[in-house]
Amino acid sequence: MANPPMEDFARRLRPSTLEGIQSATVGRVRERVRLLPFVFADVEAARTQAASIKDEVLADLGGNLVRFEAACLKHGIQVHWALDAARAREIVLDLASRAEGRLVVKAKSMVTEEIHLNAFLEAAGFEVVETDLGEYVVQIDGDHPSHIVAPIIHKTRYEVARSFAQKGLGPYTEDPGELTLQARARLREKFRTASIGISGVNFGVVESGRLVLVENEGNSRLSTTAPSIHIAIMGIEKLIPREADLPLFLRLLAGSATAQRMTTYVHLISGPRREDESDGPREVHLVLLDNGRSAIRSGPYRDVLRCIRCGACLNVCPVYRQASGHAYRHPYSGPIGAVLTPLLEGLEKMGDLARASTLCGACEEVCPVKIPLPHHLLRLRDEAARQGLAPKGIPWSRFASVADEPPMWRSGLTLLPLASGLSEKGWSEVRAAPRREGRPFRRWWDERS
Amino acid sequence: MSGGRSVRLMITCLVDAFYGKVGIATVRVLEAAGYAVDFPDDQTCCGQPPFNAGDWDAARRIGRHCAGVFGADGGPVVTPSASCAAMTRDGYAMLEHPEWPRAWELAEFLIDVAGIRGWPPEGNSRMPGRRVAFHQACHGRAIHLKDKPARLLSMVPGLEIVPIADPEQCCGFGGAFSVTHPNISARIGLEKLRSVQESGVEELVSGDMGCLMHLRGLIDRHSLPLRTLHYAQILAEALDG
Repeated sequence: MANPPMEDFARRLRPSTLEGIQSATVGRVRERVRLLPFVFADVEAARTQAASIKDEVLADLGGNLVRFEAACLKHGIQVHWALDAARAREIVLDLASRAEGRLVVKAKSMVTEEIHLNAFLEAAGFEVVETDLGEYVVQIDGDHPSHIVAPIIHKTRYEVARSFAQKGLGPYTEDPGELTLQARARLREKFRTASIGISGVNFGVVESGRLVLVENEGNSRLSTTAPSIHIAIMGIEKLIPREADLPLFLRLLAGSATAQRMTTYVHLISGPRREDESDGPREVHLVLLDNGRSAIRSGPYRDVLRCIRCGACLNVCPVYRQASGHAYRHPYSGPIGAVLTPLLEGLEKMGDLARASTLCGACEEVCPVKIPLPHHLLRLRDEAARQGLAPKGIPWSRFASVADEPPMWRSGLTLLPLASGLSEKGWSEVRAAPRREGRPFRRWWDERS
Repeated sequence: MSGGRSVRLMITCLVDAFYGKVGIATVRVLEAAGYAVDFPDDQTCCGQPPFNAGDWDAARRIGRHCAGVFGADGGPVVTPSASCAAMTRDGYAMLEHPEWPRAWELAEFLIDVAGIRGWPPEGNSRMPGRRVAFHQACHGRAIHLKDKPARLLSMVPGLEIVPIADPEQCCGFGGAFSVTHPNISARIGLEKLRSVQESGVEELVSGDMGCLMHLRGLIDRHSLPLRTLHYAQILAEALDG
């Protein structure tokens, strides 16, 4: 039996990559655990409240989107609806083509990864520059982000140093501060000359029509304000009802993602430059992306749409730590990716991700919006099996036949079905076979009574 | 036996097949806590292995058998496994059979139902200088078991539970996952064993034989100087004074 893709991928990872991911994720988990009780008097209550607010949005998602659109339009944000990735790309291309220049600066955005926007715009003749430092590094390397929040968690600073020197960003240095300044010098020029800025959205506030973005580097501010056109792309699930909900969500996101009380920057975007203002974009466009979300909303996985993309479930996941984000073959990795990706891309192509989990439940425990990720992983496994998409493995129906027949089970056949699993190559390749410890329980029991 | 209190023991398939010692210890512990133990002979498995592997038809078939064996009449069902207890409470609900019997995890039963506040219940056995690491089995999360097994263990006078780094981390077993993703599974397990060894103990105690079967397999393969025990075994040892 061939190994599942994730197992194969994980086997090929370099020890230095694994060490880097391990120490970064373990560090973040510890900081998060320390910080959250200082931010919230009752962390559990905050998570419950956030989950129920997101559920409130999702219960009437259509109505909320229409209200949100109306509020956006009121202060001049132009709203576009995209049913799928192709439509979203077309809308962006169409808008970008109206600009004078061909240079696009991008703020960090997972949704643009989801719709493969960069390659599309480049093929259409645009120069697209990622301006988040981590995203910039993966871009010049022709690589992809491997973490929702920390895109280059799979790279060491030595790899970044070599890459910067090769690409001529400046003299070779391994000093992270110096490397940052090299990237900064290059990016400032891009911000100054770009005519189009593209970003994602962290929260769209229904009642006010404001787009909320958080970041720590300042590049999102420049990407969304320096160019004359700002195009924001937002998954339709990113709504929150009220401005008053922001303090809860901003603190939960910063606390869960980066163990910060608040991100360095919080942007509340309410439209393009006004007549009496001297700077800011002349046009702000919002692309609302469905791309499978409505379908998820109408099924048993609806609460996956509560996700605020904090990455806490990746950090705490033992499988993510050993396999890296790239093993998930999609921008969304870790436990949330293992659920979301099969839903977005289909079980046939991505169903194996749901089986690549120990179901330890650490993800659900840290999730700021309480998504029952292990339940969803189980449900997806069942669904895949039902569709005949599960690989042949341990013959469970045979196991069930024995477990349903006490005399057979008792006669020592107990061992057979278990042994069929334990004698698989997968067990013995890395571990010794289990040994009996003590007298068989049933013999002891029978003799004693 | 006091007051005619009795429990029904769900032994778990792994203990049934491999770990008789753990089953015997569990019976002794329950009896010392004042319960008569009944062992329904027709029991087999709770259905969790196929449930987790995605074969819910097989899981339902086994679950139905289990429900027949542990019918509504009789004492509480107790099992020395957070994982099997979680299956009967969380898993059966997902299989749309919330009416099937629910099992107590052993420590949960002893603390919450039996009201055990000291161990052993009688006598003054001590285990001076006994230092162990405790691995909290992840499936306890699903039944909010928290640190109950460790709390029970720490009632034994003299016994010291030495903290290990990142105790909330999984051991990497994951049922069928351990066979389908052996390398990832083993690497997670070796991380766990490294934190156990760094704590300077020679005994690793847990409450789930799934975790321990996997960790034991790694320990043997890598010839690490570690013993593995179910916490019921230590509680039973404490009875011997």
